[in-house]
Amino acid sequence: MQTIKVNIVTPDGPVYDSEVSMVIAVTATGEMGILPGHIPTVAPLGIGAVRLKKDNSTELAAVSGGFLEVRPDKVTILAQSAELATDIDLARAQESARRAEAMLQAHKDEVDFKRAELALKRAMNRINVYEGNI
Amino acid sequence: MASLRDIKNRITSTKKTSQITRAMQMVSASKLNRAEMNAKAFVPYMEKIQDVVASIAAGSNETHAMMMTRPVQKTAYLVITSDRGLVGGYNSNILRTVMARINERHTSNDEFVILSVGRKGRDFFAKQGMTILESAIALPDHPTFADIKEITRKAVGMFSDGTYDEVYMYYNHFASAIQQDVTEKKVLPLTDIQATGATASYEFDPSAEAILEVLLPQYAESLIFGAVLDGKASEHAASMTAMKSATDNATDLINGLTLSYNRARQAAITQEITEIVGGAAALE
Repeated sequence: MQTIKVNIVTPDGPVYDSEVSMVIAVTATGEMGILPGHIPTVAPLGIGAVRLKKDNSTELAAVSGGFLEVRPDKVTILAQSAELATDIDLARAQESARRAEAMLQAHKDEVDFKRAELALKRAMNRINVYEGNI
Repeated sequence: MASLRDIKNRITSTKKTSQITRAMQMVSASKLNRAEMNAKAFVPYMEKIQDVVASIAAGSNETHAMMMTRPVQKTAYLVITSDRGLVGGYNSNILRTVMARINERHTSNDEFVILSVGRKGRDFFAKQGMTILESAIALPDHPTFADIKEITRKAVGMFSDGTYDEVYMYYNHFASAIQQDVTEKKVLPLTDIQATGATASYEFDPSAEAILEVLLPQYAESLIFGAVLDGKASEHAASMTAMKSATDNATDLINGLTLSYNRARQAAITQEITEIVGGAAALE
Protein backbone atom coordinates (compact mmCIF):
# COMPACT_ATOMS: atom_id res chain seq x y z
CA MET A 1 0.00 0.00 0.00
CA GLN A 2 1.23 3.47 -0.83
CA THR A 3 2.09 5.71 2.08
CA ILE A 4 2.76 9.38 2.59
CA LYS A 5 5.17 10.95 5.06
CA VAL A 6 3.61 13.18 7.70
CA ASN A 7 5.41 15.73 9.83
CA ILE A 8 3.75 17.79 12.52
CA VAL A 9 5.97 20.60 13.75
CA THR A 10 5.33 23.31 16.32
CA PRO A 11 7.55 26.14 17.58
CA ASP A 12 8.32 23.96 20.60
CA GLY A 13 9.65 21.14 18.47
CA PRO A 14 8.52 18.30 16.20
CA VAL A 15 5.50 16.36 17.45
CA TYR A 16 4.99 13.62 14.89
CA ASP A 17 6.97 12.08 12.08
CA SER A 18 5.80 8.89 10.40
CA GLU A 19 4.46 7.23 7.25
CA VAL A 20 0.68 6.96 7.01
CA SER A 21 -1.76 5.94 4.33
CA MET A 22 -4.16 8.87 4.69
CA VAL A 23 -4.38 12.19 6.49
CA ILE A 24 -7.65 13.92 7.29
CA ALA A 25 -7.48 17.46 8.60
CA VAL A 26 -9.93 20.24 9.31
CA THR A 27 -9.03 23.21 7.13
CA ALA A 28 -10.62 26.63 7.06
CA THR A 29 -12.94 25.56 4.25
CA GLY A 30 -13.88 22.14 5.59
CA GLU A 31 -12.48 18.68 6.06
CA MET A 32 -9.75 17.62 3.70
CA GLY A 33 -8.48 14.11 3.13
CA ILE A 34 -5.04 13.62 1.65
CA LEU A 35 -3.83 10.46 -0.01
CA PRO A 36 -0.36 9.82 -1.41
CA GLY A 37 0.23 11.66 -4.68
CA HIS A 38 -1.89 14.68 -3.84
CA ILE A 39 -1.04 17.85 -5.79
CA PRO A 40 0.98 20.46 -3.88
CA THR A 41 -1.42 22.43 -1.73
CA VAL A 42 -1.34 24.91 1.09
CA ALA A 43 -4.37 25.41 3.33
CA PRO A 44 -4.90 27.09 6.69
CA LEU A 45 -6.05 24.82 9.50
CA GLY A 46 -8.82 25.48 11.94
CA ILE A 47 -8.94 24.28 15.51
CA GLY A 48 -9.60 20.60 15.16
CA ALA A 49 -8.41 17.06 15.04
CA VAL A 50 -6.00 15.59 12.53
CA ARG A 51 -6.63 11.94 11.77
CA LEU A 52 -3.62 9.92 10.72
CA LYS A 53 -4.70 6.62 9.19
CA LYS A 54 -2.32 3.71 9.09
CA ASP A 55 -3.16 0.22 7.88
CA ASN A 56 -5.60 -0.74 10.60
CA SER A 57 -5.25 1.96 13.17
CA THR A 58 -5.99 5.65 13.32
CA GLU A 59 -3.97 8.10 15.36
CA LEU A 60 -5.42 11.41 16.46
CA ALA A 61 -3.77 14.74 17.09
CA ALA A 62 -5.26 18.00 18.35
CA VAL A 63 -3.96 21.02 16.47
CA SER A 64 -4.76 24.69 16.64
CA GLY A 65 -3.68 27.67 14.60
CA GLY A 66 -1.54 26.75 11.68
CA PHE A 67 -1.53 25.47 8.16
CA LEU A 68 -1.02 22.40 6.10
CA GLU A 69 1.49 22.02 3.32
CA VAL A 70 1.03 19.11 0.97
CA ARG A 71 3.54 17.76 -1.51
CA PRO A 72 3.04 14.55 -3.50
CA ASP A 73 5.13 12.48 -1.08
CA LYS A 74 4.96 14.54 2.07
CA VAL A 75 2.52 16.40 4.30
CA THR A 76 3.75 19.01 6.76
CA ILE A 77 1.48 20.43 9.39
CA LEU A 78 2.76 23.65 10.93
CA ALA A 79 0.75 24.48 14.02
CA GLN A 80 1.18 26.86 16.90
CA SER A 81 0.29 23.98 19.14
CA ALA A 82 -0.22 20.30 18.45
CA GLU A 83 -0.50 17.25 20.66
CA LEU A 84 -1.02 13.59 19.95
CA ALA A 85 -3.99 12.08 21.77
CA THR A 86 -1.64 10.18 24.05
CA ASP A 87 0.22 13.36 25.07
CA ILE A 88 -2.81 15.41 25.99
CA ASP A 89 -3.05 16.58 29.57
CA LEU A 90 -6.75 15.96 30.16
CA ALA A 91 -6.93 17.69 33.54
CA ARG A 92 -5.40 20.83 32.08
CA ALA A 93 -7.76 20.86 29.13
CA GLN A 94 -10.76 20.45 31.43
CA GLU A 95 -9.47 23.22 33.67
CA SER A 96 -9.10 25.65 30.76
CA ALA A 97 -12.52 24.68 29.42
CA ARG A 98 -14.00 25.57 32.81
CA ARG A 99 -12.11 28.86 32.89
CA ALA A 100 -13.24 29.77 29.38
CA GLU A 101 -16.85 28.94 30.23
CA ALA A 102 -16.67 31.14 33.31
CA MET A 103 -15.37 33.98 31.17
CA LEU A 104 -18.17 33.51 28.65
CA GLN A 105 -20.68 33.66 31.50
CA ALA A 106 -19.14 36.88 32.78
CA HIS A 107 -20.02 38.74 29.54
CA LYS A 108 -17.05 41.02 29.37
CA ASP A 109 -16.16 43.15 26.36
CA GLU A 110 -16.05 41.72 22.88
CA VAL A 111 -12.33 40.99 22.66
CA ASP A 112 -12.38 38.91 25.83
CA PHE A 113 -15.48 37.15 24.63
CA LYS A 114 -13.85 36.12 21.38
CA ARG A 115 -10.73 34.94 23.14
CA ALA A 116 -12.70 32.92 25.63
CA GLU A 117 -14.65 31.35 22.81
CA LEU A 118 -11.44 30.32 21.05
CA ALA A 119 -9.95 29.03 24.29
CA LEU A 120 -13.07 26.96 24.89
CA LYS A 121 -12.89 25.59 21.37
CA ARG A 122 -9.26 24.59 21.82
CA ALA A 123 -9.96 22.94 25.16
CA MET A 124 -12.98 21.04 23.82
CA ASN A 125 -10.91 19.92 20.84
CA ARG A 126 -8.25 18.52 23.16
CA ILE A 127 -10.82 16.73 25.29
CA ASN A 128 -12.53 15.24 22.24
CA VAL A 129 -9.27 14.07 20.76
CA TYR A 130 -8.22 12.57 24.08
CA GLU A 131 -11.43 10.61 24.29
CA GLY A 132 -11.21 9.62 20.63
CA ASN A 133 -14.61 11.15 20.20
CA ILE A 134 -14.35 12.52 16.66
CA MET B 1 48.45 46.25 58.46
CA ALA B 2 45.22 44.35 58.89
CA SER B 3 45.09 42.03 61.85
CA LEU B 4 45.19 38.27 61.50
CA ARG B 5 41.54 38.00 62.42
CA ASP B 6 40.51 40.60 59.81
CA ILE B 7 42.31 38.75 57.04
CA LYS B 8 40.87 35.43 58.18
CA ASN B 9 37.34 36.90 58.04
CA ARG B 10 37.87 38.24 54.55
CA ILE B 11 39.17 34.90 53.35
CA THR B 12 36.14 33.10 54.76
CA SER B 13 33.64 35.51 53.24
CA THR B 14 35.34 35.52 49.84
CA LYS B 15 35.32 31.73 49.90
CA LYS B 16 31.59 31.74 50.58
CA THR B 17 31.02 34.15 47.70
CA SER B 18 33.04 32.02 45.34
CA GLN B 19 31.04 28.96 46.35
CA ILE B 20 27.86 30.78 45.38
CA THR B 21 29.21 32.08 42.09
CA ARG B 22 30.54 28.64 41.22
CA ALA B 23 27.14 27.10 41.88
CA MET B 24 25.48 29.80 39.76
CA GLN B 25 27.94 29.11 36.97
CA MET B 26 27.02 25.45 36.95
CA VAL B 27 23.30 26.21 37.06
CA SER B 28 23.70 28.54 34.07
CA ALA B 29 25.72 25.94 32.21
CA SER B 30 22.94 23.38 32.49
CA LYS B 31 20.29 25.97 31.60
CA LEU B 32 22.36 26.91 28.57
CA ASN B 33 22.28 23.29 27.47
CA ARG B 34 18.51 23.19 27.64
CA ALA B 35 18.18 26.56 25.93
CA GLU B 36 20.35 25.40 23.06
CA MET B 37 18.17 22.32 22.68
CA ASN B 38 15.02 24.45 22.65
CA ALA B 39 16.51 26.70 20.00
CA LYS B 40 17.35 23.62 17.95
CA ALA B 41 13.85 22.19 18.28
CA PHE B 42 12.50 25.41 16.85
CA VAL B 43 14.65 25.29 13.70
CA PRO B 44 12.48 22.85 11.65
CA TYR B 45 9.37 24.95 12.23
CA MET B 46 11.12 28.15 11.24
CA GLU B 47 12.68 26.64 8.14
CA LYS B 48 9.40 25.18 6.99
CA ILE B 49 7.43 28.35 7.52
CA GLN B 50 10.10 30.34 5.70
CA ASP B 51 9.95 27.85 2.87
CA VAL B 52 6.22 28.15 2.42
CA VAL B 53 6.17 31.93 2.78
CA ALA B 54 8.92 32.23 0.20
CA SER B 55 7.24 29.90 -2.27
CA ILE B 56 3.94 31.71 -1.96
CA ALA B 57 5.67 35.04 -2.39
CA ALA B 58 7.47 33.68 -5.46
CA GLY B 59 4.56 31.75 -6.94
CA SER B 60 1.99 34.50 -6.92
CA ASN B 61 1.76 38.23 -7.30
CA GLU B 62 -0.16 38.52 -4.11
CA THR B 63 0.89 41.20 -1.72
CA HIS B 64 -0.34 41.70 1.75
CA ALA B 65 -0.48 44.72 4.04
CA MET B 66 2.19 43.14 6.22
CA MET B 67 4.62 43.03 3.31
CA MET B 68 4.11 46.62 2.28
CA THR B 69 6.31 49.47 3.37
CA ARG B 70 4.25 52.45 4.34
CA PRO B 71 5.28 55.99 5.35
CA VAL B 72 6.71 55.74 8.83
CA GLN B 73 5.08 57.87 11.45
CA LYS B 74 5.86 55.72 14.40
CA THR B 75 8.48 53.06 14.93
CA ALA B 76 8.35 50.27 17.45
CA TYR B 77 11.45 48.85 19.07
CA LEU B 78 11.12 45.37 20.45
CA VAL B 79 13.94 44.89 22.93
CA ILE B 80 14.74 41.52 24.43
CA THR B 81 16.61 41.70 27.73
CA SER B 82 16.80 39.56 30.84
CA ASP B 83 14.75 39.86 34.00
CA ARG B 84 17.67 39.85 36.40
CA GLY B 85 21.25 41.01 36.51
CA LEU B 86 24.44 39.03 37.11
CA VAL B 87 24.72 38.45 33.38
CA GLY B 88 27.78 40.56 32.61
CA GLY B 89 27.34 42.91 29.67
CA TYR B 90 24.26 41.14 28.32
CA ASN B 91 21.75 43.89 29.04
CA SER B 92 24.00 46.93 28.84
CA ASN B 93 25.23 45.99 25.36
CA ILE B 94 21.70 45.79 24.01
CA LEU B 95 20.42 48.90 25.75
CA ARG B 96 23.42 50.89 24.56
CA THR B 97 22.85 49.81 20.96
CA VAL B 98 19.15 50.63 21.11
CA MET B 99 19.78 54.03 22.67
CA ALA B 100 22.35 54.83 19.99
CA ARG B 101 19.89 53.90 17.25
CA ILE B 102 17.10 55.90 18.82
CA ASN B 103 19.25 58.99 19.24
CA GLU B 104 20.41 58.69 15.67
CA ARG B 105 16.94 58.36 14.20
CA HIS B 106 14.60 60.29 16.38
CA THR B 107 14.49 63.72 17.90
CA SER B 108 11.49 63.32 20.14
CA ASN B 109 10.05 60.56 22.29
CA ASP B 110 6.76 60.77 20.39
CA GLU B 111 8.21 59.20 17.27
CA PHE B 112 8.64 55.72 18.65
CA VAL B 113 7.40 53.24 21.19
CA ILE B 114 9.09 50.44 23.07
CA LEU B 115 7.96 46.85 23.38
CA SER B 116 9.97 45.17 26.05
CA VAL B 117 10.64 41.54 26.81
CA GLY B 118 12.46 41.38 30.13
CA ARG B 119 12.36 43.49 33.27
CA LYS B 120 15.75 45.16 32.79
CA GLY B 121 14.75 46.70 29.47
CA ARG B 122 11.39 47.82 30.76
CA ASP B 123 12.88 49.55 33.80
CA PHE B 124 15.59 51.19 31.74
CA PHE B 125 13.27 52.69 29.13
CA ALA B 126 10.73 53.74 31.75
CA LYS B 127 13.48 55.69 33.48
CA GLN B 128 14.29 57.43 30.20
CA GLY B 129 10.70 58.56 30.03
CA MET B 130 9.93 56.61 26.86
CA THR B 131 6.58 55.07 26.01
CA ILE B 132 6.43 51.38 26.76
CA LEU B 133 3.45 49.99 24.93
CA GLU B 134 3.78 46.38 26.01
CA SER B 135 6.07 44.38 28.17
CA ALA B 136 6.49 40.74 29.01
CA ILE B 137 8.35 40.05 32.21
CA ALA B 138 9.10 37.03 34.36
CA LEU B 139 9.30 34.65 31.41
CA PRO B 140 10.40 31.16 32.40
CA ASP B 141 13.98 30.16 31.69
CA HIS B 142 12.80 27.95 28.89
CA PRO B 143 9.86 29.74 27.33
CA THR B 144 7.40 27.83 25.20
CA PHE B 145 5.48 29.41 22.37
CA ALA B 146 2.44 29.76 24.61
CA ASP B 147 4.45 31.89 27.08
CA ILE B 148 5.29 34.59 24.59
CA LYS B 149 2.19 34.35 22.42
CA GLU B 150 0.62 37.26 24.26
CA ILE B 151 3.31 39.78 23.38
CA THR B 152 3.93 38.53 19.84
CA ARG B 153 0.24 38.67 19.07
CA LYS B 154 0.05 42.24 20.36
CA ALA B 155 3.22 43.29 18.57
CA VAL B 156 1.94 42.01 15.25
CA GLY B 157 -1.62 43.20 15.90
CA MET B 158 -0.58 46.77 16.63
CA PHE B 159 1.34 46.86 13.38
CA SER B 160 -1.74 45.69 11.50
CA ASP B 161 -4.05 48.23 13.11
CA GLY B 162 -1.65 51.06 12.37
CA THR B 163 -0.42 51.89 15.88
CA TYR B 164 3.07 51.89 14.38
CA ASP B 165 4.47 51.44 10.89
CA GLU B 166 7.61 49.42 11.40
CA VAL B 167 9.07 47.12 14.01
CA TYR B 168 12.71 46.60 14.79
CA MET B 169 13.84 43.87 17.10
CA TYR B 170 16.99 43.82 19.23
CA TYR B 171 18.41 40.75 20.90
CA ASN B 172 21.66 39.02 21.69
CA HIS B 173 22.42 36.40 19.11
CA PHE B 174 24.02 33.30 20.58
CA ALA B 175 27.21 32.81 18.59
CA SER B 176 29.00 30.61 21.11
CA ALA B 177 29.18 30.10 24.86
CA ILE B 178 31.64 32.96 25.13
CA GLN B 179 30.35 35.23 22.40
CA GLN B 180 26.96 36.86 21.98
CA ASP B 181 26.35 39.52 19.36
CA VAL B 182 23.79 42.27 19.60
CA THR B 183 21.57 41.83 16.58
CA GLU B 184 19.17 44.26 14.97
CA LYS B 185 16.42 42.82 12.82
CA LYS B 186 13.56 44.43 11.00
CA VAL B 187 10.51 42.29 11.71
CA LEU B 188 7.72 44.26 10.07
CA PRO B 189 6.93 45.04 7.34
CA LEU B 190 8.16 41.72 5.97
CA THR B 191 10.24 43.01 3.11
CA ASP B 192 13.11 40.57 3.03
CA ILE B 193 11.23 37.43 2.04
CA GLN B 194 13.49 35.80 -0.47
CA ALA B 195 12.20 33.27 -2.89
CA THR B 196 14.13 30.03 -2.59
CA GLY B 197 15.25 28.24 -5.72
CA ALA B 198 13.42 24.94 -5.94
CA THR B 199 9.86 25.59 -4.96
CA ALA B 200 6.80 23.66 -5.87
CA SER B 201 3.90 25.67 -7.18
CA TYR B 202 1.02 25.19 -4.82
CA GLU B 203 -2.69 25.06 -5.04
CA PHE B 204 -4.14 27.43 -2.50
CA ASP B 205 -7.23 26.51 -0.60
CA PRO B 206 -9.24 28.74 -0.47
CA SER B 207 -6.95 31.43 -1.98
CA ALA B 208 -3.46 32.83 -1.75
CA GLU B 209 -4.69 35.95 0.06
CA ALA B 210 -6.49 33.89 2.66
CA ILE B 211 -3.33 31.87 3.24
CA LEU B 212 -1.17 34.95 3.56
CA GLU B 213 -3.68 36.33 6.04
CA VAL B 214 -3.00 33.35 8.31
CA LEU B 215 0.58 32.73 7.42
CA LEU B 216 2.21 36.15 7.67
CA PRO B 217 1.19 36.98 11.25
CA GLN B 218 2.33 33.50 12.20
CA TYR B 219 5.60 34.04 10.40
CA ALA B 220 6.21 37.37 12.13
CA GLU B 221 5.33 35.85 15.48
CA SER B 222 7.72 32.99 14.99
CA LEU B 223 10.50 35.43 14.06
CA ILE B 224 9.99 37.03 17.45
CA PHE B 225 9.78 33.69 19.22
CA GLY B 226 13.03 32.62 17.57
CA ALA B 227 14.71 35.78 18.82
CA VAL B 228 13.45 35.18 22.35
CA LEU B 229 14.88 31.64 22.32
CA ASP B 230 18.15 32.93 20.91
CA GLY B 231 18.19 35.67 23.55
CA LYS B 232 17.56 33.17 26.33
CA ALA B 233 20.45 30.98 25.21
CA SER B 234 22.65 34.10 25.14
CA GLU B 235 21.42 35.11 28.57
CA HIS B 236 22.41 31.80 30.12
CA ALA B 237 25.74 31.86 28.31
CA ALA B 238 26.42 35.43 29.46
CA SER B 239 25.47 34.54 33.00
CA MET B 240 27.75 31.51 32.89
CA THR B 241 30.69 33.57 31.67
CA ALA B 242 30.05 36.32 34.21
CA MET B 243 29.89 33.82 37.06
CA LYS B 244 33.00 32.05 35.85
CA SER B 245 35.03 35.26 35.91
CA ALA B 246 33.56 36.11 39.32
CA THR B 247 34.72 32.72 40.61
CA ASP B 248 38.16 33.23 39.07
CA ASN B 249 38.45 36.67 40.62
CA ALA B 250 37.43 35.30 44.00
CA THR B 251 40.09 32.59 43.72
CA ASP B 252 42.74 35.19 42.92
CA LEU B 253 41.62 37.30 45.84
CA ILE B 254 41.74 34.30 48.18
CA ASN B 255 45.27 33.45 47.03
CA GLY B 256 46.44 37.01 47.66
CA LEU B 257 44.75 37.12 51.05
CA THR B 258 46.17 33.74 52.08
CA LEU B 259 49.64 35.04 51.25
CA SER B 260 49.24 38.13 53.39
CA TYR B 261 47.62 36.02 56.12
CA ASN B 262 50.65 33.72 56.24
CA ARG B 263 52.97 36.69 56.13
CA ALA B 264 51.18 38.32 59.05
CA ARG B 265 51.18 35.06 60.99
CA GLN B 266 54.92 34.65 60.39
CA ALA B 267 55.52 38.23 61.50
CA ALA B 268 53.51 37.64 64.67
CA ILE B 269 55.46 34.47 65.52
CA THR B 270 58.80 36.17 64.87
CA GLN B 271 57.76 39.03 67.08
CA GLU B 272 56.74 36.67 69.88
CA ILE B 273 60.07 34.82 69.71
CA THR B 274 61.96 38.12 69.79
CA GLU B 275 59.97 39.16 72.82
CA ILE B 276 60.62 35.85 74.63
CA VAL B 277 64.32 35.95 73.82
CA GLY B 278 64.47 39.59 74.90
CA GLY B 279 62.64 38.76 78.15
CA ALA B 280 64.97 35.83 78.86
CA ALA B 281 68.01 37.98 78.18
CA ALA B 282 66.77 40.58 80.60
CA LEU B 283 66.51 37.96 83.38
CA GLU B 284 70.15 36.89 83.08
